[in-house]
Amino acid sequence: MLDLSIAAARAALRAREFSAAELTQAHLAAIAALNPRLNAYITVTPEHAQAQAKAADAALARGEHGALTGIPIAIKDLFCTAGVRTTAASRILDPFVPPYESTVSANLRRDGAVMLGKANLDEFAMGSSNMTSAYGPVANPWSRRGDNRPLVPGGSSGGSAAAVAARIAMGATGTDTGGSIRQPASFCGVAGIKPTYGRCSRWGIVAFASSLDQAGPFARTVEDCAILLGSMAGHDAKDSTSADVPVPDFAAACARGVAGLRIGVPQEYRSDGMAPEIEALWQQGIAWLRDAGAEIVDVSLPHTKYALATYYIVAPAEASSNLARYDGVRFGLRTDGEDLVALYENTRAAGFGAEVRRRIMIGTYVLSAGYYDAYYLRAQKLRALILRDFTEAFRTCDALLTPTAPSAAFGQGEKMDDPVTMYLNDVFTVPANLAGIPGLSVPAGLDGQGLPLGLQILGRPFDEETVFAVGATLERAAGFDARPAVCAGA
Amino acid sequence: MSLDPATVRRIARLARIRVTEEEVPRLQAELNGILGWIEQLNAVDVEGVAPLTGGAQMALKMREDAVTDGGIREAILANAPDRAGDYFAVPKVVE
Repeated sequence: MLDLSIAAARAALRAREFSAAELTQAHLAAIAALNPRLNAYITVTPEHAQAQAKAADAALARGEHGALTGIPIAIKDLFCTAGVRTTAASRILDPFVPPYESTVSANLRRDGAVMLGKANLDEFAMGSSNMTSAYGPVANPWSRRGDNRPLVPGGSSGGSAAAVAARIAMGATGTDTGGSIRQPASFCGVAGIKPTYGRCSRWGIVAFASSLDQAGPFARTVEDCAILLGSMAGHDAKDSTSADVPVPDFAAACARGVAGLRIGVPQEYRSDGMAPEIEALWQQGIAWLRDAGAEIVDVSLPHTKYALATYYIVAPAEASSNLARYDGVRFGLRTDGEDLVALYENTRAAGFGAEVRRRIMIGTYVLSAGYYDAYYLRAQKLRALILRDFTEAFRTCDALLTPTAPSAAFGQGEKMDDPVTMYLNDVFTVPANLAGIPGLSVPAGLDGQGLPLGLQILGRPFDEETVFAVGATLERAAGFDARPAVCAGA
Repeated sequence: MSLDPATVRRIARLARIRVTEEEVPRLQAELNGILGWIEQLNAVDVEGVAPLTGGAQMALKMREDAVTDGGIREAILANAPDRAGDYFAVPKVVE
């Protein structure tokens, strides 16, 4: 039961082969067994899950079949959930219980999904390893062959990716500001998509960098991601940047195939230091798509090498502004001081972890008087050039194929010596956030140590359908069926 | 450009984050490491390029300027670390 895809579980629930209560109970038992090792969930919500499963069984008995009726999922602990503590993996939100529900999680609930709990993440979604969580690191369910030292699941949505990989959730929500869905998907051997900026409402999601943040799903198949995204997406009057465009049938697009599509291969993603196994997998992906009838074209994205540095101006600038709200006055942690300024300074020093404090300070600096033009304005101009690169490339191709990340999962505690080394994880994923275009990571193979590697498909704005069509084709060709070392189910 | 300790302290004050004297050298090194890496952007000619401010490649949708919510004082105050009646409470600001 735990191994099923969402599509298969949905069919089995509708056929009454098992009940939503049984499916939820099996997941809760698996969480109880595995979460102490993985730390994928910050908060498990068994009472909520059981009540929602019971309601799902009642709906199924009435013949009401929502897109996700009875499907148990994890919600990244960055989405506000009414009456359920929402921490953003930060001490500063430790006592925070939202009185409202984020639009995306409300949409999933509307369609019958069962929330198992709140998934762990890097603090305020700032990180690429889940090591910055105030609730402790997440262990990747995968480990190197013959070596059981714990690896990171990637980040920031590390708990979501680990939960789906270990079969302690059928799907999960994530958010992706610079790669926070796609990189952990690659590290954990699952599929994950960051849709076009504006496809999902950001209302009720704890804000990191508002012009880059976008919600998206994780699942073990591309089709399951399409089913989840279909529920999550849609215009919301409460987020003026959510797009008022129709939500297509993403799941149907998975069966389209790639015959006649032109797939671009950007030469700038071929870095000198790229691991040979990742280069080989990329070439294999190109061959799979060619064999499936796609035409492969070389394209150029000349400003790719500046994307990461651009991101590390834009994202901290927006974060320093967004995180100004955590002042110890209206909600969250308070650490008292002799006056109001001391209260602010003490609260923020005690409540924010080191990486968050660093990014707020970088953001404060690049926005400060005298430095705004040299840093922030220049970064916005670079951002325009990066978008122009993609716009030009999409004149000659329908989608792009790249590796998702420059490496497989690394060990807990590695790459911690200086912040920039960690930032380099996002080199292939950040450009899509800056340009606002959709990106999907699909598990495509294992490296020599038995760790999963993902390939990334990038598409035109609001053309997730082509991205899903390419992703599903790669998935069929790759036939990825390896299982992690720590895994519930058969 | 490289940050000196006084600038690190000034940024921390602007950001309303208390930084102890012992933390300054480490923060200075980390921030300078990041800013030094960012300097690579100076190699790009951005003359005449219009800045891109947002991720949305569309016009933002307008909505009617109308009250759609309200009367939820208790919900708003429920998470307050300290309150006095129907108000958020803070240390005395005006003598």
